[in-house]
Amino acid sequence: MCLGVPGRIVDINGLVATVDFWGVKRQVRLELVDSPVAVGDYVLNHVGFAIRRIPEEDIEGTLALYEELLQESDQDLMAADVRGEMDSARERDHGGH
Amino acid sequence: MSTPRRPPLPRIDERITMKYGAGGRAMRALIEGLFAQGFPATPGPDDVTLSALDDGAAVRVGDRWLVVTTDSHVVKPWVFPGGDIARLAVCGTVNDLAVMGATDPVGLTCAVVIEEGFARTDLEALHASLRAACEEAGTTVLTGDTKVMGRGELDGIVFNTCGIGWASRPVTDRGLRPGDVLMVSGTIGDHGMAIMAVRHKLALEGDLRSDVAPVNGLVRRALEAGGTAISAMKDPTRGGVAAVLHEMAQKSGVGVLIRESSLPVRPAVRAAAELVGLDPLVVANEGKVVLGVRPEAADAVLAALRAHPLGRDATTIGTATDDRIGSVVMDTGFGRRLVAEPEGELLPRIC
Amino acid sequence: MADTDLQARAHELKFRDPNQAASLARAIERVVAQIDDRPVCLMHVCGSHEQAIARFGLRAILPRAVDVIMGPGCPVCITDMPEVDEAVALAERGAHVATYGDMLRVPGTRKSLADAQADGARVHVVYSIDQAVALARTTSDDVVFFATGFETTAVATAAVVLAGLPPNFSILSAHKFVPPAMEIVAALPDTRIRGFIAAGHAAIITGWKLFEPLAERYRLPIVVAGFEPLDILAAVLRLLELVRDGDARVENLYPRCVTADGNQNAQDQLWRVFEPAGGQWRGIAHVPSGNLALRSEFAHLDARVRFGLRDMPAPRSEDREAVARECICGEIMIGRASPTDCTLFGDACLPEAPVGACMVSSEGTCRIWYQYGGRPDLAPTGTAS
Repeated sequence: MCLGVPGRIVDINGLVATVDFWGVKRQVRLELVDSPVAVGDYVLNHVGFAIRRIPEEDIEGTLALYEELLQESDQDLMAADVRGEMDSARERDHGGH
Repeated sequence: MSTPRRPPLPRIDERITMKYGAGGRAMRALIEGLFAQGFPATPGPDDVTLSALDDGAAVRVGDRWLVVTTDSHVVKPWVFPGGDIARLAVCGTVNDLAVMGATDPVGLTCAVVIEEGFARTDLEALHASLRAACEEAGTTVLTGDTKVMGRGELDGIVFNTCGIGWASRPVTDRGLRPGDVLMVSGTIGDHGMAIMAVRHKLALEGDLRSDVAPVNGLVRRALEAGGTAISAMKDPTRGGVAAVLHEMAQKSGVGVLIRESSLPVRPAVRAAAELVGLDPLVVANEGKVVLGVRPEAADAVLAALRAHPLGRDATTIGTATDDRIGSVVMDTGFGRRLVAEPEGELLPRIC
Repeated sequence: MADTDLQARAHELKFRDPNQAASLARAIERVVAQIDDRPVCLMHVCGSHEQAIARFGLRAILPRAVDVIMGPGCPVCITDMPEVDEAVALAERGAHVATYGDMLRVPGTRKSLADAQADGARVHVVYSIDQAVALARTTSDDVVFFATGFETTAVATAAVVLAGLPPNFSILSAHKFVPPAMEIVAALPDTRIRGFIAAGHAAIITGWKLFEPLAERYRLPIVVAGFEPLDILAAVLRLLELVRDGDARVENLYPRCVTADGNQNAQDQLWRVFEPAGGQWRGIAHVPSGNLALRSEFAHLDARVRFGLRDMPAPRSEDREAVARECICGEIMIGRASPTDCTLFGDACLPEAPVGACMVSSEGTCRIWYQYGGRPDLAPTGTAS
């Protein structure tokens, strides 16, 4: 129940922030946010209110989280032959990056 | 893999609600179930008439076809970023003629119904816009009609235009064959998002502008490049590219497969649509064309579109297939899903 | 090149890399193969999760041995007919009724707000409750905000209440609370559900710790998930690992937004204005503490009090069309039936002519199945069509 859309604060005027959603900007109210915000912060907007300040370090952290999950899932496997198959699959996936 | 059951068109409600004008299934039900009933076709076997429910009608006269189309325009607000109701009136009709193959209109009729109290200066501005749009399209107004209704009996102003033109061959919306390439002449969702932003006071700051423009010149170039290899054409207005693809697929008896990554969407439109939970595929356009092209001519037609100022962002978006006849499937990059046939008025959603 | 593109996408918070998605899908396949009792049924309780899954075609890349079902997580779907009837009644009595777009077409006993609008009532669709308040400042007529949505949305209503409202403004609260949605399903004796994907944005408000008693009581793992494709796939993967290991714990896979204790500031405002109340969830049951009602100190803002709605006669079941009684939305919402089990689905019940709310709401299971082809039988990307 949650059309939360993330954006970046470009201006603050009292309890109202102007948020850039990478294409359009909209004013978002700050009464509900969970910590003080500043220009440049990422926030999650829902029905015109910021409900979360998204810490920038957590964005990189999310990417790391997915990587970790995949690696741990790999380590779970018993069979070496399956692991070998996995390694070549990963090389194929990441080769293009 | 079973063919999906084609749901019957809905029965028409006791009362006509807004969805019946929204360009989706309800509107089709109203037209097919009521309005199109009982009118005998013209005698010519090659004629495209009411039963075809195409963008216009085409009646054979000698070795060419007389194409005629009509449109009423009720947009609110009647001035919006990128245009106004008068420009819409001209372009809507010129474009309907164009996608039927009549790219050089003989002319338009223009009837207006004005609400008592409408400002003269506003009317003058609309007239100027009407003239400018005609000039851009290379056409003129031949005749018209004027009515005034009492205050409150009509909401502002309504335009009706009728266009006539000649085509050397009519291009329908039912000629797709498996393998045909589907392309769109530019970015999608511009008009509808601009209107919605204003109408629902979304208070968005960004470049949301209607794309309303006459595309007859663009279509002329495409036809010059592709000729009979252009198997189907439609202009995607209400209901968006999704509605047009569904109609083409169903009438042609093919399936359609499109790639989400290839859909051209302006960043402002994409962001605005995401904020209100809408898919740009179902949002209205007023200056675009969807074409089906035989594969051997696809490159040439695409190049011709891109060479025109209104076709710079023309892109190939998919192909007609022989799978899942009548359905539109989208490759999302992760998996595939069916594209819903739009119905009803688009509303911003929060969930 | 792809790395900087990935960074750019990450900083737009769009976690949508198809290669990573494919890797996650393969990992999911491997884990589910290690679970004996298949298919493994997982439930999410969030309409936006269902929208994301359907929109990105994620079920097409999940193995058939994983069944992700949508539970009662569509606030529009569970808004009961009498609640819609109240809003319709107010509109018919001449008040401006403002509501979110999702609610406009939800059927009441006799009509929806859209029907009332067609009959001349002043019904307004808004994106934010702000707009309804702004409307109230331009007129002396009554303006009622029909407040629907879970806690993620209820906090906005609370904030606006606490900021001060014009005297002609009142609130008809149909807000709901998420945790009871999960409890209902978990408590069913014949539940097939082996784990929950918790709604990420509701959890921003409440935090994830409040799911711990639920996980413990019913021995079911719960993973909090975000809404990007990678968020959802990663959550499914982790949840399956917990199911495989018999580990009934709560894990947070949406750490950039969700914390253990949640948004205290928002919670404070929410509970200052609202209190839990029992209520009927459409087609399901009476849910104790499932609804959010305005506290008595805000009775002056409560439309039910102001307009004497408590005295409205309850609709008799004969009032509902016979066909509506065949609606099995309630069973669908708790995962006991699928849309295709319903005799009305795709026939008498369509998006343009919905019978049950599951077909009305853009996030209702039936609507999504109808639009997107249900559990798609579509070949995954890369396979020859």
